[in-house]
Amino acid sequence: MASLWFWIVAVMIAAYVVLDGFDLGAGAIYLMAAKTNDERRRVLRAIGPVWDGNEVWLLAAGGTLYFAFPQLYASSFSGFYLPLTIVLWLLILRGIGIEFRAHIESQVWQDFFDVTFSVSSILLAVFFGAALGNVVRGVPLDATGYFFEPLWTNFKLGPHTGILDWYTVLTGVVALVTLTAHGSYYVALKTDEDLGRRARGFALLCWPVQFFLTFSTLVATYFIRPEIMANYEKHKIGLLVPIVVVASLAVMLWANPKGKEKLAFIASSLYITFMLVGAAFALYPVVLPARDHQYDLTIYNTAAGSHGLNVGFVWWVFSAVLVLAYFVFVYRMFRGKVQLGEGHY
Amino acid sequence: MDSALLIHRLHFAFTATFHYLFPQLTMGLALLIVVLKTIALRRNDPVYHEAARFWGRIFGINFVLGVVTGIPMEFQFGTNWSVFSRFAGGVIGQTLAMEGMFAFFLESAFLGLFLYGEKRLSPKAHWLSAVAVFVGSWLSGYFIIATDAFMQHPVGYFTASDGSLQLASFWDFVLNPWAGWQYAHNMSGAAITGAFIMTSVGAFYLLSGKWTAHARIFIKAGVIAGCVFSVLQVFPTGDSQGKMVANLQPVTLAAMEGLFQGQPGAPLVIVGQPNERKGTIDNPIEVPKMLSMLTYKRWNANVRGLDAFPKQDWPGNIPLLYYSYHIMVGLGTFFVAVMAIAMLLLWRGRLFNARWMLWILMLSAPFPYIANTAGWMTAELGRQPWLVYGLMRTEDGYSRLVSAGNSMFTLLGFMGIYTVLGILGLFLIWREIEHGPVNESVSNLHPATEAR
Repeated sequence: MASLWFWIVAVMIAAYVVLDGFDLGAGAIYLMAAKTNDERRRVLRAIGPVWDGNEVWLLAAGGTLYFAFPQLYASSFSGFYLPLTIVLWLLILRGIGIEFRAHIESQVWQDFFDVTFSVSSILLAVFFGAALGNVVRGVPLDATGYFFEPLWTNFKLGPHTGILDWYTVLTGVVALVTLTAHGSYYVALKTDEDLGRRARGFALLCWPVQFFLTFSTLVATYFIRPEIMANYEKHKIGLLVPIVVVASLAVMLWANPKGKEKLAFIASSLYITFMLVGAAFALYPVVLPARDHQYDLTIYNTAAGSHGLNVGFVWWVFSAVLVLAYFVFVYRMFRGKVQLGEGHY
Repeated sequence: MDSALLIHRLHFAFTATFHYLFPQLTMGLALLIVVLKTIALRRNDPVYHEAARFWGRIFGINFVLGVVTGIPMEFQFGTNWSVFSRFAGGVIGQTLAMEGMFAFFLESAFLGLFLYGEKRLSPKAHWLSAVAVFVGSWLSGYFIIATDAFMQHPVGYFTASDGSLQLASFWDFVLNPWAGWQYAHNMSGAAITGAFIMTSVGAFYLLSGKWTAHARIFIKAGVIAGCVFSVLQVFPTGDSQGKMVANLQPVTLAAMEGLFQGQPGAPLVIVGQPNERKGTIDNPIEVPKMLSMLTYKRWNANVRGLDAFPKQDWPGNIPLLYYSYHIMVGLGTFFVAVMAIAMLLLWRGRLFNARWMLWILMLSAPFPYIANTAGWMTAELGRQPWLVYGLMRTEDGYSRLVSAGNSMFTLLGFMGIYTVLGILGLFLIWREIEHGPVNESVSNLHPATEAR
């Protein structure tokens, strides 16, 4: 049962990154790709009806993590105290940036919220990437099952790492580039004319960087934690991960210049999903590696009681069906290129 | 007190108190907007439609602030209270996860449709999206109350071999008897906030001689709802919750009431200042034997005072608990009185011309916020010194490795950001009120781009 919950939480996190990832990425290119007020409103309208629902995946994944692996939730959230709190501040600023901009028709007011929205989106992408980097790299857990990391120490890997060292900065940049490309495909898909063209241009620019960073991160990860290969050697199904990652990178490269934004966006979503699934596959059954492996947190020493997990599965499946129905409904309601004219933003 | 403990407590208290200013209006208005929309749909009355849209705009601003201040709540259990999370997560993780899966997704999916989809949807579908937002927000309330109820009165759990609490019975936990009354009392409190705010804006418009047709609708809906819920707030919800506290947390009841010495025929203190050193109430105004009557329905029933309990089990901050409780009860009584008079005037058809009453209704807007806040402070201060009643003390639950310095850093950061949010929220809501209910929202008028 704990293994099942491991994959449920992994998939929920992937859903969060794929969904909120495109509105974060749209925020990253926002200031440069959308130049006029008209274009900025179109970007906001493209993400406006869905960003909040996308962000709920973060809350729901956090809640599910809490419920299924309370010990992991307790250790990781208190250990990542500072970066998590900063993420919360950024989420607050970003939310009001999107929602409050349209309330007043003033250049000063709108410029302020434009910058708030874009800068917080960029920083969030970097922080999420760095968080994943921390999980893969391992943290200084001790026998109590807790740790606390400062934001940075000397940027080197060692016994006294901070949240940010060269490796996690690298993963942060990978996340930023990946989500920028992802958001660009989405904006290209939802808008047209100059704005759509510029978004495609951004995606095109991102591609070689994304390609190069994907491989350098994998190499770096192998040097930091050679044991990540163990699961791949044991279970051949893991080979699916690199195949899908490479294939989706190829599809992105091919589809974007041809104007097939939808295909490129789907490929980008697959790329993100499989990068995350690949990381989860490499870690399993560890959920938070310690620098000293005897203190690793695994699904076995962090999971909630089995009765709770079983009961939870019943309501979780039921709620997941409802959630899928809402998402299909909402995305269908707001399908197609965005038009200005009615509504907010 | 350990300085890190104090700051972690202030951290949660501050962020939770500020957060709850928004959901109480969200939940209250969601109900009233459904009522307005239902009437609008049945009578096909444009004024009711405009009224629903106007409150929808204010709801939208308020909802955003509730969402962005709510996200930190879900995380703080882990960041600041990790020992508690590890201890109780096997149980309360259920309701917190369910809140996300059942309530937040529902709300967020339909909020966009409700706020911006009126032209895309049929009137019925738009009405349904308003209902979905209402259901989502009220469900969310239940999951949080059920979580708090477990901390107040733990049921449906067992203690595992590693010392943590684990779920033993899902239904016992979710249908905690404590949660039932607390939920009813809390939601009624939220409806009171919604009703007073709606009435207040209506009274402001009538007194200013603006938008009078809409103002009458606001006042009528607000006063009827306000009257119903103010009464429900006292009886049966408040009364039942008081009895529950008396049975399950008798030391809390003694501290709330300022009853230092237990006695048969205990008096009810209306006003007075608790003097902990002497163990008395200074300058008391009391109703003799009333506390015994209210608690046990007998004039001479014995009520246990603080002296019946060991001092280490007393709630830590008795004066603040005592005042929170008395402010809540005092304002609750005031709400019944104001709304009963307003209802009488409304029924006689004189309310819209009774300027003195309109002034009172307009100026009453802040009081439900104070009462709801004081009510939550009563519940949470009353739970002290326990984090999970009888099972874990507050001083044992915070994150050991998060130092006072780090916690203060983030507390100050939240204070700064929330100050900005509060000012922005007041400013934007005031603009909507000033702009009035007739035209489209100020923000939706973009003549330059409309022609595209």
